[in-house]
Amino acid sequence: MTWKSLSLGLAAGAMVLAALPELSAAQEKVQFIPSLVYRTGPYGPNGEPFANGVADYYNLVNERDGGINGVRIMFEECDTQYNNDKGVECYERLKNKGPTGAAIFSPLSTGITYALIERALADKIPIFSMGYGRTDAAYGRVFPHVFTVPASYWSQATSIIQYIGAQEGGMDKLKGKKIALVYHDSAYGKEPITTLQKLKDMFGYELSLFAVAHPGLEQKATWLEIGRRLRPNWVVMWGWGVMNSTAIKEAAAVGYPMERFIGNWWSGSENDVKPAGDAAIGYKSANFHGAGADWPVHRDIFTYLYDKGKGAGQRDRVGEVLYNRGIANAVIVTEAIRTAQAMYGARPLTGWEVRDGFEKLDLTAERLKELGLEGFMQPIKVTCEDHEGGGPVYIQQWDGKKWQRISDWIPPMRDVVWPMMVESATAYAKEKGIALRDCPQG
Amino acid sequence: MIYRETGQFKASYAADQAIFRLVEDRIGMGAILFLAFVVMPLVGSQYWLETIMLPFLIYSLAAIGLNLLTGYAGQLSLGTGGFMACGAFSAYKLATAFPDLHVLLVLVLAGSITAAVGILFGLPSLRIKGFYLAVATLAAQFFLLWLFNRVPWFTNYSSSGVISAPPLAIFGDIWVTGFEATPVAKYLFTLSLVSILALAAKNMTRLKIGRAWMAIRDMDIAAEIIGIRPMTTKLSAFAISSFYCGIAGALWAFVYTGAVEALAFEINVSFRVLFMIIIGGLGTICGSFMGAAFIVLLPIFLNNTLLALGLAEAVALASHLEAMIMGALIIFFLIVEPHGLARLWQILKEKLRRWPFPY
Repeated sequence: MTWKSLSLGLAAGAMVLAALPELSAAQEKVQFIPSLVYRTGPYGPNGEPFANGVADYYNLVNERDGGINGVRIMFEECDTQYNNDKGVECYERLKNKGPTGAAIFSPLSTGITYALIERALADKIPIFSMGYGRTDAAYGRVFPHVFTVPASYWSQATSIIQYIGAQEGGMDKLKGKKIALVYHDSAYGKEPITTLQKLKDMFGYELSLFAVAHPGLEQKATWLEIGRRLRPNWVVMWGWGVMNSTAIKEAAAVGYPMERFIGNWWSGSENDVKPAGDAAIGYKSANFHGAGADWPVHRDIFTYLYDKGKGAGQRDRVGEVLYNRGIANAVIVTEAIRTAQAMYGARPLTGWEVRDGFEKLDLTAERLKELGLEGFMQPIKVTCEDHEGGGPVYIQQWDGKKWQRISDWIPPMRDVVWPMMVESATAYAKEKGIALRDCPQG
Repeated sequence: MIYRETGQFKASYAADQAIFRLVEDRIGMGAILFLAFVVMPLVGSQYWLETIMLPFLIYSLAAIGLNLLTGYAGQLSLGTGGFMACGAFSAYKLATAFPDLHVLLVLVLAGSITAAVGILFGLPSLRIKGFYLAVATLAAQFFLLWLFNRVPWFTNYSSSGVISAPPLAIFGDIWVTGFEATPVAKYLFTLSLVSILALAAKNMTRLKIGRAWMAIRDMDIAAEIIGIRPMTTKLSAFAISSFYCGIAGALWAFVYTGAVEALAFEINVSFRVLFMIIIGGLGTICGSFMGAAFIVLLPIFLNNTLLALGLAEAVALASHLEAMIMGALIIFFLIVEPHGLARLWQILKEKLRRWPFPY
């Protein structure tokens, strides 16, 4: 009984402690940026380098430049474990912190993005889902507060098909070719299907779909079917986490050629190929930013953070694909805030002011060079109507040690995907009773 | 001293049959309801109402549903997540196909559809029992999720398989779903529904139907001999349990998250609800609430406390600690009180009656 009363007392004490009002953030000149990450949970190994990249870049801006135009960045992580409920809880926990509330949310999960789109609109906080999330949210007239730069899954699918076409010797050669899509059986994995089907009608290839249930450890049957019976000319993969390395291993086990196996940008990190060992050599994937730690920004990160023991992760993992994606995410966010500061002044901004800035974001090649990111990614321009920008991707190949860039930047087929996005977003607006926002022309 | 029945005489059958027979219980319940209905909306921040109370209430409802089936009727089920998904997707289809349908009607119809599905998947219970039945209900879980994931009709041909709740109002322009809904409206709506359904469940367990469930649970052959029909009893338990789970799923999709994919109701949800009723107490209504509080609220409190106290600098460490402490607490409570938190509460009340002079 004493144990019982002790435990009850402890539980009650914990609840009282948790209910204490949170200490308000210091009212200095800081811009609060929440950071939804997952360092634990089933996809934690992938979330970790991304989170480190984001943290290192924000810390770098603070340490090297003293913040964005003198406004220091205050950021706080919340671990979502890639779980939608936890993500919503994290969002609610962080949205009002800092002097002006959350500047912008990057949910880092397609499922969490879907759960947050409406909440964020009600709270007037923008959402930046970089290369994931709801594709048709790129239509700014329906979704004023969602940004999907530099490219969406649909755009990426068209780029990958163009790459396949180029390898086959022209888009007309795609006729009769067999392409298989292996996808994570979730909202994320299903995104490219409509686009691939549309392109199938245009180019006449055969498309076979293979769903892999979360978490994707069991793919033997899938790959026996692909490798022994179907024998497609190309396999495209929309995978995530442990599903990717499993797929590469299984593909190698059935003797499927790695050179004809292309992952999307979430299926092309060191975490995906290293566990598969030599079997992964030759595996390809799409990417929208550079791999490796050879840019000036990485040198600054080493000088200002890791040399002083302030780095968020391990030194030798700086420059991994997912780490660099974290940097890309942080760069776009800070540049959007900078653009907003040019409109409203160098002070902590509210979420909606950041949104106004994001909509005017024009990340030119010159600016990227100034940031120490020349050639790291392609210039980005956001307009009121177009929150995606239709950025290009390139194809990279794993040589056993590093990712090698093997193609030029491949722009998406905007003429195909943009009308699809507009149509889908308009249907959403109709279902929800949302009036389309006017966008100034030009 | 303060909690005793001495001197409280029952002068009528109605008084003797009341749910709360002691005036202290009535005061306590009144205080809880007052706190929940009046104080909470007044002082609770949006974070409290929307991310702490809403999932707690909705999970409580699902736990009540499963408790009716597993705790009262003794039919072990692992299909809770599937039934919740069924409720969510039927509510979505109803709300989008008939935009003028009232939100309450949407919920009740979604619950009824789920009840029908529950009866269908309850049929094996007439032949198999115990762990074998758990496996059969597991089929419901996997089949229903597969169905909603695979058949695009259920998601109105959405390319990602995500359903998103259309805005619905309880009356006038008091929205309870969609982005115009205020946290207070959502909270009070869910709280009212959960209170009414919890009261109904409590009364059901005291009526003939609930006694029949318990008879079947305790010994089905004996129950059959004294004239309780196993088929109607078991199937009614499945139907009513699924009705509750269906409404919980619809509330989850419509009021809480606003947009869900079928994966939101995966097998983990079934296990969570099962753990809630095991930890809270099988065969009790208040145990469903306690179990839901334990499973839903404690991790959030732990995480926030660890971070607020500065015990864990990095979020990853806080998450790991949270999982470890949660696991230890579950084992601890199951060892000291295998009959759940509700039994603990009951023991506390008995002690209180003798306090301060225990013998």
